[in-house]
Amino acid sequence: MIAIPQEAGTPHGNKDTASANAMNLAPVVASLECVSKNYGEVHALRNVNFSVRAGQVVALLGPNGAGKTTAVKLLLGLMQPTSGKARVFGGDPVNPQNRIRAGAMLQVGRVPETLRVREHIDLFSSYYPKPLLLAEVLAAAGLEKLADRKFGELSGGQRQRTLFALAICGDPDLLFLDEPTVGLDVEARRMLWEEIRRLVDRGKTVLLTTHYLQEADALADRIAVINQGAIIAEGTPTEIKAQTSGKRIRCITALSMASLRQIPGVTAAREDREAVEIHAAEAEPVIRKLLSLDSTLSGLEVTSAGLEEAFLALTQDNGQNASRLKEN
Amino acid sequence: MSTAAAALSTTTIKRTTGHTFTIYLKEAKYEFLKNLRLRVYTASVISFPLMFYVLFGLVLNSREMIGTTSVPTYLIATYGTFGVMGASLFGTASGLAADRGLGWLQVKRASPMPPFAYFIAKVILSMIFSAIVVTLLLILGFTFGRVRMPLAEIARLMATLVAGSLPFSALGLAIGYFAGPQSAPGVINLIYLPMSFCSGLWVPYMFLPKVVRQIALALPPYHLSQLALAVVGAGNHDPAATHWEVLLAFTLICLGVARIGFQRDQGKLYG
Repeated sequence: MIAIPQEAGTPHGNKDTASANAMNLAPVVASLECVSKNYGEVHALRNVNFSVRAGQVVALLGPNGAGKTTAVKLLLGLMQPTSGKARVFGGDPVNPQNRIRAGAMLQVGRVPETLRVREHIDLFSSYYPKPLLLAEVLAAAGLEKLADRKFGELSGGQRQRTLFALAICGDPDLLFLDEPTVGLDVEARRMLWEEIRRLVDRGKTVLLTTHYLQEADALADRIAVINQGAIIAEGTPTEIKAQTSGKRIRCITALSMASLRQIPGVTAAREDREAVEIHAAEAEPVIRKLLSLDSTLSGLEVTSAGLEEAFLALTQDNGQNASRLKEN
Repeated sequence: MSTAAAALSTTTIKRTTGHTFTIYLKEAKYEFLKNLRLRVYTASVISFPLMFYVLFGLVLNSREMIGTTSVPTYLIATYGTFGVMGASLFGTASGLAADRGLGWLQVKRASPMPPFAYFIAKVILSMIFSAIVVTLLLILGFTFGRVRMPLAEIARLMATLVAGSLPFSALGLAIGYFAGPQSAPGVINLIYLPMSFCSGLWVPYMFLPKVVRQIALALPPYHLSQLALAVVGAGNHDPAATHWEVLLAFTLICLGVARIGFQRDQGKLYG
């Protein structure tokens, strides 16, 4: 997968870090540089900086309307940013040379219903110079038994799998998956996850959007959380999960970083200009301890951890989906 | 090759002409299959002209003459024009409007499909269905209407009408770019049916009221039907070049409008 021999890395080092470092050295294959995108008065994206490195799975995580699909469409060259640049393989996404190395699964309202699954795949495969064999594509998407079915005769999940098949049939280096598992049942979702992992094992790069933290966590090397058109957090799944709850405490204190980190309940602490920023699951016990340890402590501020609001939106969104499903 | 090397590689992948041709061929093949299996399309596009022809050309007036041409022969030319118009307008506009409005065209545009393959496929589909309609009209006329014409004349009639599919495919592309996915069929009928009547495709031109006859001169189906009628010896004696020029000008105008729609679409998406 990656050219850097991580197995031969530092004997005491932890493998995750070695792998993360290797990831950071891989070339950027897709990026948004200071991208803003307005639809009239609506700011779909605001000054977004974002990149995907070769061999990574990156998840754009956010509620509906956060700007995920806009980001994907900009990277596919389906629209142009209002300002900033979208780049794929170092060039313009519109360039046919770049399109030939990318595959995309988009949310689509209507697919020609009278064509069979195998016919759809045959047509899309013909666009690429070195497509996979039909049998490989069918197997990867779990469509072996449905090859002769017309698209209009498929269930929602089977339709999603067909769109996935069209995205991978050209054996692209870079894969864009916009909400790939929406409408899939648990089993089909796991199958798709497996398939995405297999693609990455073969050296492919994947950018996926999702509004399930669980999905981003299961698949991604890196997660970018997007809300209201801005990226509000970026990191490994572990880092992101740590930020999803708790409080942020800011204060000016004489205590050392090391001693701050030893306070029970503190999950992280860092210096921020003249102050320190402490992350904790619960604020009150930590503050009590802080005040007792440092009588000179000043400038105390307690705020919710940054992601809480975004994840509240995510939760609500999932709730709405669930109730919509019940109505149907 | 390692990922890193692959990601950095800048070797250009150039399609061979043969590969490009294969893409166009497959695009056209599947566009044809898709519509052939679409009952709404085949039923309306093929059965309407045939039903009209059977009723007005074979059941009712089959012994009558219009000038020196028998009604069944005359009506092959006019209902042929009517059929070509329907096949071309529905073959291009409704599919394009739906693909545009409901996201499928974006999936195609995100893929490495050569953009023209999509449009050419629709034009080829329109021509094939035009040829099918004309063939069926000829078969009906020969079998039940005592229509007789030499092979060369059949070939000329077919060539004229199938070429006549182009202006209406162009009009269809223009409509497809400006109509919504749901409204497209309605818009097509709103243009298709009055235009057919005013061009003398249902009631022969000379029997139309004078006002309508004057309107007809500005309508492309009138000019195509006159070209088709000239093949069977019932034309209006205007030079064929004039009719072709009108059709060509109409085609270019429609392509121009379609191009504005195409760019506006990119604009809306690219804006």
